[in-house]
Amino acid sequence: MEARRQYEAVVIGTSAGGLYALTDLLQPITSQFLLPIIVVQHRSKGQRDLLESVLQSKSRIKIKQADEKEKIVGGTVYIAPPDYHLLIERDRTFGLNADAVVQFSRPSIDVLFESAADVYKDKLIGIVMTGSNSDGAAGIGAIRRVEGVTIAQEPAEAQFPLMPDAAIKTGHVDRIMTLKTISSFLLDIGT
Amino acid sequence: MLESIRMVYGYDFTEYAEASVKRRIQHFMRLKDVKDVPVLAKLLLQDDKFFEEFVQELSVTVTEMFRDPTFYKSLRQNVVKRLATYPFIKVWIAGCATGEEVYSIAILLKEEGLLNKAIIYATDINQKSLQKAMEGIYQVESMKAYTLNYQKAGGLAAFSDYYISKYDGVLFDKSLRQNIVFSPHNLVVDRSFNEFQLIICRNVLIYFNQQLQNKVITLLYESMCTFGFLGLGNKESLLFCDKRANFEDVDRREKIFMKKN
Repeated sequence: MEARRQYEAVVIGTSAGGLYALTDLLQPITSQFLLPIIVVQHRSKGQRDLLESVLQSKSRIKIKQADEKEKIVGGTVYIAPPDYHLLIERDRTFGLNADAVVQFSRPSIDVLFESAADVYKDKLIGIVMTGSNSDGAAGIGAIRRVEGVTIAQEPAEAQFPLMPDAAIKTGHVDRIMTLKTISSFLLDIGT
Repeated sequence: MLESIRMVYGYDFTEYAEASVKRRIQHFMRLKDVKDVPVLAKLLLQDDKFFEEFVQELSVTVTEMFRDPTFYKSLRQNVVKRLATYPFIKVWIAGCATGEEVYSIAILLKEEGLLNKAIIYATDINQKSLQKAMEGIYQVESMKAYTLNYQKAGGLAAFSDYYISKYDGVLFDKSLRQNIVFSPHNLVVDRSFNEFQLIICRNVLIYFNQQLQNKVITLLYESMCTFGFLGLGNKESLLFCDKRANFEDVDRREKIFMKKN
């Protein structure tokens, strides 16, 4: 990776096992972190904000559910709301839609990654972590096409390796890393 | 491109939220095997039928019966009693898509004894969706999830009382449809056409940019009687619109509002 690139945002996709992985990943990161971290975690639509409060109780950085038309700022982890797709608009606000499920999922990681790639281009970092389906694989391809940075969690470490594996199989993943090294990498570029 | 569509056809997508429109256009292009935007633009302006398909694709929405059961529960608890005081109830379901929400509301009103004195206007910009809504036929596979939603929403009967199964489809009871008027309406360019006691417009505003949201909320506001109710989608709000102060929260969590003045 080149010496210094001004990154603008981090997008993360995860499914089964994601809560633990996110907790570990975010552990060393505080609200001093300069970039927004935008997360799609597959979740049940019955629980509207449980995920946010559980994650907040275990994290130092601010966690919040992404709201429609909300301005995206650094030092915050935004989580996609249940039962909506989360998208990024050109003016760096969030868009939501209730379109059909993608990869059996709403929110879908592919939808977030593809729209984030459109907006942030090569200033985007995309990370696929534990999960047991292939959502995110197409999204990783989209980020790669705009020359963003693509990362998959080391499948051997992932509680459910299928999702990082599917991303890696596309051939568009730059780096395969453990959660610990992803955290250090993020701290390195975002503080 | 959206600008020339507006000028030629009068369909205005220029104030739609861009990321979602873009995704739908890309989807349509893949579906039709169109290689780039200039080719698409050319086809759209030359071929009326192609254009019609494009509009359908851009404006199609998916929903389910009793989506967000707690919303319907709140309607029962907080709105129904006040609606009952009117001799005659006019309901507008703006952006009714394929009708799942319309039948949900009809069932709710029937169980509360209000359907006979209600008229439900169900409108959508998308003709194909509207056609499906009118037919009231849904896939049998969906019924399991809908039944669960119905029960969580505080349904009073057996959900299967409301439909008959045939082959792989179910047909909703005709008596539910007696007081429903289905009609095309485009929230972006069409005007208010009546005064309602209840307007439901869920997951429609999220597809619009802020200016258009503001315009449409004003249109809804002008279409409501004083003390009328407005139900929005779970992630929608009145926060950034001019009429915010004219509404009062009925249930903040379920996005149900009342027009104060």
